[in-house]
Amino acid sequence: MRIPPGMAATSFGYSSWAWMRRRWLSRLFDPCHAYLKPFPAFPTPMTPAISVPLDTLRRLETPEGIELSLRVAGPVARALAWSMDGLIRYGALWGLLIVLTLLGGGGFGVWLIALFLTEWLYPALFEVYAGGATPGKKALGLKVIHVNGTPVDWPAALIRNLLRAVDFLPVLYGFGLVAMLGNRDFQRLGDLAAGTIVIYRDPPEHASQLPLGPVLPPPFPLSPAEQQLLIDFAERGAALNPDRQAELAELLAGQTGLHGVVGVERLRAYARWLTGDEL
Amino acid sequence: MKQRPFEARYAAGWQAFAARLDRLERQAAPKNAPRTTPLPVAELPAAYRQLCQQLAIARYRRYSRSLLTRLNQLALRAYQQIYRAPQHRWSAVLRFLTADFPQRVRADAGLFWLCAALFYLPLLAMGLTVYQAPELIYSLLSPESVADLEAMYAPDQASAQRNAADDVAMFGYYIYNNIGLGFRTFAGGVLLGIGAAFMLLLNGVFIGAVSGYLTARGFIETFYTFIAGHGAFELTGIVLAGVAGLKLGWAVAAPGRLSRVESLRQAAASGVRLILGVTALLLLAAFIEAFWSSNRAIPAEIKYAVGGAGWLLVILYLTLAGRRAP
Repeated sequence: MRIPPGMAATSFGYSSWAWMRRRWLSRLFDPCHAYLKPFPAFPTPMTPAISVPLDTLRRLETPEGIELSLRVAGPVARALAWSMDGLIRYGALWGLLIVLTLLGGGGFGVWLIALFLTEWLYPALFEVYAGGATPGKKALGLKVIHVNGTPVDWPAALIRNLLRAVDFLPVLYGFGLVAMLGNRDFQRLGDLAAGTIVIYRDPPEHASQLPLGPVLPPPFPLSPAEQQLLIDFAERGAALNPDRQAELAELLAGQTGLHGVVGVERLRAYARWLTGDEL
Repeated sequence: MKQRPFEARYAAGWQAFAARLDRLERQAAPKNAPRTTPLPVAELPAAYRQLCQQLAIARYRRYSRSLLTRLNQLALRAYQQIYRAPQHRWSAVLRFLTADFPQRVRADAGLFWLCAALFYLPLLAMGLTVYQAPELIYSLLSPESVADLEAMYAPDQASAQRNAADDVAMFGYYIYNNIGLGFRTFAGGVLLGIGAAFMLLLNGVFIGAVSGYLTARGFIETFYTFIAGHGAFELTGIVLAGVAGLKLGWAVAAPGRLSRVESLRQAAASGVRLILGVTALLLLAAFIEAFWSSNRAIPAEIKYAVGGAGWLLVILYLTLAGRRAP
């Protein structure tokens, strides 16, 4: 059996974008091909799911011979983290200024030193000693690491934060944004020079368990990739509204002969059988 | 084996592994959690390799995405605990200052002379020009700034001693301003070296103009006794910040057989070490400038002697330190 491309592309948001983009590009550069033939199917049956080049996943090969995947963070999340850090930093500096002006000229000198430290070293300090994240990054679930996946060390943290001065040019991280959009890991100039990337610390939330229910063996053969798609569809039930689930299950109505909620339940039953759930 | 039996077989192990990682990660953060039992470091690599194997099997068998993501995250966390740079000790700082930094400066002697030329030539040219035609200072500075300058260095102001609080305020200002400028020079280097070269020229032109103007006005003793003490450290620091910046620019412009990014990465790794040395130099300069140079009670001869000693010290340090193997 072949799972129709529509189901594969729409039900699993993480990889549909790369596929859509490829589809769109083929339409752009090869119009005859695109209109005369059906679009190529989503390439899951051929390749293992993890090796398909996905959106912002960066793969990291470890010495143990296994590939781990990292989720790279984009400009928006990082800008938010930066703004939050800005509020924290300048709020603290403002408070400090009030306290220190009471001490007169000497207090102002101390404040200037504090200003220097917060401007240049605040992010580096947190990145080295607080698990790769400033308070702003921590709040947004971000984290800085080396491109080889190891925790960031002093030289790299200093490089990426000193080069902030250039990334910030000409206004509000203009150069940084251009550099980020110009490479696949969203590295600004400081990241490129330091060999660092900013990733999401935690994996996305997954509904991990299938609800209990009937278990049925699928009456048609399924390739391993197709089995995985079916299980993922069933597990994602909690994240999709019932109409959408029914719509997706409809793509397999030809195989199951069932429509609507009943169709969805049938696919779940197959998924339970595939994972080895007991009734 | 189907997924559920697989999960059931290993779930306890994964849970224990996650707890172990939690402890290690909390320890890595600078919180002083009570350390009653030894950290589970010794058995971590073996457990990690087992997890890698289980992850590989789970992938091969196409278990569900949620399980794969969970195992991937566990393996990633363990990877980050196992593969990390060694922690630096304070002795490394000492070694850096006594040997590593001067060695790095000598390794970049060519760039050093280029940066010195970019800085001192405009300084001299501008100094001589403004000395000949003092009114040219107004093309660089506003009349108010010039009036401030004159007030600072006018000989009849010599009695107006700065108090200790002002010294601290100025110390803070020199740190914020001068070291910040050093950092900007380094960072600006990444734009093909243009930013760094521009900062060197700009600094040279301004320092030259101010010196030329004050000399022409005849404020010789007040001005030169002021700059004598910290000049060696500050001017050398500016030039070396330029070296660090131009290294970045050169790496981007002419990467040789490396990719541009890889070349930039290597240049930044050595450039940032130069900048650390520059920070030390500028910190020393700021300290001298705030607490020694501003003190007009000290006789001019002593200040000139200290200034000369400073230059000698810097030259000897950069040429000789770290030549013998430790």
